[in-house]
Amino acid sequence: MSSQTTGRSEKANPSAGSSTAVLETERHERQQSAAVEEDRDTLLKLLKQMVLIRRFEEKCAESYSLGKIGGFCHLYIGQEAVGVGAISAIRQDDYVVTSYREHGQAIAKGISANAIMAELYGKAGGCSHGKGGSMHLFDKDVNFLGGHAIVGGQIPLATGLAFAAKYQETDKVALCFFGEAAVNQGAFHESLNMAQLWKLPCIYICENNQYGMGTSLARAMSLQNVAEKAYAYEMTSEFVDGMDVLAMRQATQRAVKRAREESQPTLLEARTYRYMGHSMSDPGNYRTRAEIEKYQERDPIKIFTASLKEQNIISDQDISNFEAQVKEEVDGAVRFAEESPEPDPSELYTDIYSNPLA
Amino acid sequence: MAVMTMRDALNQALKEELARDQSVFLMGEEVAEYQGAYKVTRGLLEEFGPKRVIDTPITELGFAGLGVGAAMAGLRPIIEFMTFNFSILATDQIINSAAKMLYMSGGQFKIPIVFRGPGGSAYQVSSQHSQALESWFAYFPGLKVVMPSTPADAKGLLKSAIRDDDPVIFIEQERMYGMKGEVPEDEDFTIPLGVAEVKREGTDATIIARSLMVPAALKAAETLEAEGVSCEVIDPRTIRPLDINTIVESVKKTNRAVIVEESHPFCGVGAEISAEINERAFDYLDAPVKRVSGVDAPMPYAKNLERLAIPGFDQIVAAVREVSYL
Repeated sequence: MSSQTTGRSEKANPSAGSSTAVLETERHERQQSAAVEEDRDTLLKLLKQMVLIRRFEEKCAESYSLGKIGGFCHLYIGQEAVGVGAISAIRQDDYVVTSYREHGQAIAKGISANAIMAELYGKAGGCSHGKGGSMHLFDKDVNFLGGHAIVGGQIPLATGLAFAAKYQETDKVALCFFGEAAVNQGAFHESLNMAQLWKLPCIYICENNQYGMGTSLARAMSLQNVAEKAYAYEMTSEFVDGMDVLAMRQATQRAVKRAREESQPTLLEARTYRYMGHSMSDPGNYRTRAEIEKYQERDPIKIFTASLKEQNIISDQDISNFEAQVKEEVDGAVRFAEESPEPDPSELYTDIYSNPLA
Repeated sequence: MAVMTMRDALNQALKEELARDQSVFLMGEEVAEYQGAYKVTRGLLEEFGPKRVIDTPITELGFAGLGVGAAMAGLRPIIEFMTFNFSILATDQIINSAAKMLYMSGGQFKIPIVFRGPGGSAYQVSSQHSQALESWFAYFPGLKVVMPSTPADAKGLLKSAIRDDDPVIFIEQERMYGMKGEVPEDEDFTIPLGVAEVKREGTDATIIARSLMVPAALKAAETLEAEGVSCEVIDPRTIRPLDINTIVESVKKTNRAVIVEESHPFCGVGAEISAEINERAFDYLDAPVKRVSGVDAPMPYAKNLERLAIPGFDQIVAAVREVSYL
């Protein structure tokens, strides 16, 4: 079971040092019990979305090395279960706001692969019309409110979206993703304090991939169990296996219920791992190949696929079918991005002001 | 028309806009139960309730960002900084979130928010509580920056700022809250952003002044008139977007320009206005553009030193004489 804590009343988080062993057990137990509770379509959708993100990101890496994608490009490979599981637990009219490692979450929230790839290519057909790039994906239609590139900067924004949801007397919730390095920023603490003080329907999801760029958790954080930091604000928190898509989905469902029905915030700490560098320009000299391989053994797609096969929920034929569909979708996205025009030069000066006055 | 202080004029603007639009809310330190550190928000909690007039913890980055997020969801937040000195903590959210959201989202998310509070020099509060920050904010495309110099302007401009769809930095001069003036009581009274006002007409020299420096410039103009120098005094009122045409047209007429500001001179708004005049009206100038600025030093505490740090009547008169070769 993933551990759940409510304010100061319980203390159930595993220590950072033994997280891998604990995660193994948790994952096994949860997945065995959980899969049968979900209908087949949902399970397939979760798997397919993770595979789509994986292939999309692999294509990004390829396009980046060909010079088709510029700037910074932070890939989500290894972390797919976090975004897919969490976003599967909310509605389209709920808000998602996140960091610069957001291609996967954008896909999960419903932005098309075409519009994302075109944005990465700096094209007019991109979801931010070519003005945001990899770190600033937006789509108002699906309530994906960015990609924000100052570490922790999105956390107060999410708090404000939750504030607005409550102010406007809706039952919407805000889902906020950030890496564990953002937890060291003041913005995190200021936001959690306000969210609990004012009982805002915000779900804070810390994707603890254990490295802030090249600095390991141990070198950057005095108290390394992020979920425990919620005690300081008497906020409910959970420690979740971020490699387990169903654990992520179910923990988020519990948090969404608290947010919608009780207007209470939650902090989820998803322990996960990124296989690629911090960005495409990171050679990753701060960790060993063996460490990466250790986590790849618990790859979120691999373990979920194995579990579904074991339970006879999917067949090899199903897998090859949707792998083909995903390949077509990603190839199509590249074609769309290639063919999309560059932004018109006049766009340099549009959308600076909504009401330019001049 | 009623005669009231700038504090009460601002209060009236807040009250009218809160009443007019349910999506407007006011948030900041001590704005509600305490009635405002400077009493600008007096009575608003009683009238509009704790849902719309909200006391915050001392957490400037947090509540500035919360405001931006709420604006993304369609609300129209008014975020009060107890003073703009504390906005320095919130600059990441003001600059990186509020100013750039519309642009980097390809036009999808407008941010109708007002960041307001007192700024500029105060009385003997030394370096961290007494400074003019408008040039910081005016630097960024995406922000609008407003600085009123009369109670009527304060009311009309604040109402426009709250109704505007872009992030507006609204800097009230701390020393001017008690300044009295005639204020229209019409609820539809607004003053458009981005429009300068000629506060006094003249023919011999143009004085461009804002905020606290406007009354000083008008007083200087009166004295100079008696000496036979007719000064035109222009208050841009909005620093960004700057109504440069009104300034340039005046300089073309008077052929002399003095820019007055209480801020530091280096990289200041005055430097920008000077550059614009030189680029657009160089051939009309009979003397180099002259700046009168606050000193290039942090604000001191001692009364005599503080007096030396802030420009005023004497320096303005001297500057006009200088550009007039008198």
